[in-house]
Amino acid sequence: MSIVQDVALGDDLIGVGRRSLAGRPRFEHAQRSIASKRIIAAFGFWIFLISDIIMFSAFFAAYAVLSGETAGGPSGKDVFSFTRVALETAALLLSSFACGVASIGARARSDAMYYGGMAVTALLGAAFLLLELSEFYGLIAQGAGPTRSAFLSSFFALVGCHGLHVTLGLLWLLTMMAQVFAKGYRSDIMRRILCFALFWHTLDIIWVGIFTVVYLMGLAI
Amino acid sequence: MLGKLTWAAVPLDQPIPLVAGCVAFGLVGGIVVYVVLKGWAPYLWREWITSVDHKHIGVMYIFLAMVMLLRGFTDAIMMRSQQALAFQAPGYLPPEHYNQIFSAHGTLMILFVGMPFMIGLINIIVPLQLGVRDVAFPTLNSVSFWLTATGALLINLSLVIGEFARTGWLPYPPLSELAYSPGVGVDYYLWSLQISGVGTLLTGVNFVTTILKIRAPGMTYMRMPIFCWTALASSLLIIAVFPVLTATLAMLLLDRYLGFHFFTNEAGGNPMMFMNLIWVWGHPEVYILILPAFGVFSEVVSTLSGKPLFGYRSMVAATMAICILSQMVWLHHFFTMGAGADVNAFFGIATMIIAVPTGVKVYNWLFTMYGGRIRYAQPMMWSIGFMVTFVIGGMTGVLLAVPPADFVVHNSLFLVAHFHNVIIGGVLFGAFAGYTFWFPKAFGFRLEESLGRAAFWCWFFGFYLAFMPLYVLGLMGMTRRMQHYDVPAWHPWLLVAAAGVVVILAGIGLQIAQLVVSIRHREQLRDTTGDPWNGRSLEWSTASPPPAFNFAVEPRIEEGDAYWETKQRAIRQQVLADEPVYTDIDLPRNSATGFVCAFFATFLGFALIWHIWWLAAASFLGAYATFVAFAWRDRTEVRVPAEEVARIDRENRSARRVALAQLGAAE
Repeated sequence: MSIVQDVALGDDLIGVGRRSLAGRPRFEHAQRSIASKRIIAAFGFWIFLISDIIMFSAFFAAYAVLSGETAGGPSGKDVFSFTRVALETAALLLSSFACGVASIGARARSDAMYYGGMAVTALLGAAFLLLELSEFYGLIAQGAGPTRSAFLSSFFALVGCHGLHVTLGLLWLLTMMAQVFAKGYRSDIMRRILCFALFWHTLDIIWVGIFTVVYLMGLAI
Repeated sequence: MLGKLTWAAVPLDQPIPLVAGCVAFGLVGGIVVYVVLKGWAPYLWREWITSVDHKHIGVMYIFLAMVMLLRGFTDAIMMRSQQALAFQAPGYLPPEHYNQIFSAHGTLMILFVGMPFMIGLINIIVPLQLGVRDVAFPTLNSVSFWLTATGALLINLSLVIGEFARTGWLPYPPLSELAYSPGVGVDYYLWSLQISGVGTLLTGVNFVTTILKIRAPGMTYMRMPIFCWTALASSLLIIAVFPVLTATLAMLLLDRYLGFHFFTNEAGGNPMMFMNLIWVWGHPEVYILILPAFGVFSEVVSTLSGKPLFGYRSMVAATMAICILSQMVWLHHFFTMGAGADVNAFFGIATMIIAVPTGVKVYNWLFTMYGGRIRYAQPMMWSIGFMVTFVIGGMTGVLLAVPPADFVVHNSLFLVAHFHNVIIGGVLFGAFAGYTFWFPKAFGFRLEESLGRAAFWCWFFGFYLAFMPLYVLGLMGMTRRMQHYDVPAWHPWLLVAAAGVVVILAGIGLQIAQLVVSIRHREQLRDTTGDPWNGRSLEWSTASPPPAFNFAVEPRIEEGDAYWETKQRAIRQQVLADEPVYTDIDLPRNSATGFVCAFFATFLGFALIWHIWWLAAASFLGAYATFVAFAWRDRTEVRVPAEEVARIDRENRSARRVALAQLGAAE
């Protein structure tokens, strides 16, 4: 009976490293008949993230095809600002760090770490979005909007799709803060925090791709 | 306030779609009123609409597929009759209406008949074959279904409000761009596919997770039934290519709504990029449809031949090889684009290579039948009909894979004949084989046999009559999608093809009759034991229909064909295995999330099609609030007490004991 009890609790005792926080050895996968809910949720969410990355790859491919098609309009070198991109990158990478702090805070049941980490994540995410929107606004104001050329269409679509993900991520983030506030660190909510963190870090990975393919290569050529 | 929507959107000047639409929606509305008046609404709400049980969701998928099959087949009748009449004459369908019909026919048949039928079978059967109680994410499963239904509803709404795309089932730019298709037809297509595409993608995520992470103890990969393998391959393909569809359609939407230049002729846009991107999705899509059908045939042929499947491991390898190769052949859909001889040669050879694992499968089925005790029941007839028909379609496919030959018959009726040959002969026959094979499992009674056989023969001969002439017409130079024509030599062949459609219509009529007769005589056709075909895999080890928890106790698997050996042991020893110790079972609670979310998604899609921005924003917020409400609930599971589990399982055990005793007495 005690084993059954522990397996049922296994979802709550989310381990850091090899041992759970309660100090009991973790249950190996083979010992359970079916993977725990936490593993199933995280695995499924990873699969979803892979599909999301594939969607981005289509936008990357379109950008690669169209990046030279400026139709007499500005090229990347003319419109990209290295300072702004550096600031955007810093904001997003630091927000991922803050998100990691929030995850650890949730596991350690530390309200200060969780809410503080999530709030910093949100602020840095919002700063990133503001920088991106100001870039878009500036481009449209100087006549380099997405309707100007195929290059600018694919640029706005790729970077804008990432920005849309960040926006939805912020909505999710605030929802998760509200949910912990209302319900506490329940096991299903812990699984959602895990998925949210995976999502947020994935946006970083995609940004690294955008930073390289769009901005660095655009400014170098 | 209402965007582009005005009274002009209702096609009052076109009687055919208007009357058809009114009849269809009147029928649906009438059924809804009847159901409410009869007092069945609470039952429907509780057991079906809000159900997160994979078996119920699967049945709803197949129901949707069958209704849409009727709609898509109506389109087919109209096209065939138009071409039979339109020899040196205008026929009865004006060109703009004819163009909508062939576009809707392709879209519906692939995305709202083939897909839901296969996903429905996967939903009902895969968790049972894996020996588990549900899929990885039951509520998400319900969301997936209802989003698919939303897509189907939007397409059918275009009958009465506005119009449908006139671009063909894949909206090739620049024709599909705003400059050449200013109406809402393409928008209907795009938004309904975007919404249902999300549903399909979530299904793919759900089944990959289920098959890789949730299996009964001892159900190793190499013990999984082939149907599970093909479901896995199909789900992997969904994850790999549906995001590309979403991105591609999003680019076309940006072109149409915000003046982007992805696929336009101006400002550096590249229409050929659309062909590449759409077929990166489109070609694997047909394998998403056919692979589960291959799985169905494997199960049917093995069970009804009374033998384990020949070459199980080679079947697994062939399935996974097709899963990978299918993503490397997309360019054969546009050899004539001018990519150059070396590129065309690469894709031509890659296409021919797919014939190898497919050939392996055909031989495996043949060798499974060889020396077996074959029962020619309905599922077996569909399977043999498939093998004969599909091989012809496969050979014409290899012919089309040769670039020079493809240049000759490109976009002709030869191509149309080829892909109907593999999709009807493969996917649809597979769907019907699965339908007749697993119907008793889902509902607890068999389908009547003689009407089913008659339906098969009508479909089989009707298919040959309808599509073999198209091969000839293609070689005679008739291109696809012609509203009228002047060549006398084509006319007789098109009359034969029209006759073929009439024979298929008889087949569909017989299938409806079969369903009605089977429901009326369900007591005589009752499957009491849950094992009507002398089955081999775990779905036959539980009652028909299975209880909500599928298995009273978690099965332990010790070999492939997991149920067969258990059954043989019981027959040898003339006793069932000992009664297990029953425990309480927790099941996921019903949830209206999927239905409510799809309700908002329908309004969201409609608002976006007609540029009603406030409604779009409100619908998005509604859908978001639905998910938050779902996330806020405190009780997620219901408990079935051990006594209830025991009561249900003992009923089935006593039925099996009787069957065992009869078997013993017979020997």
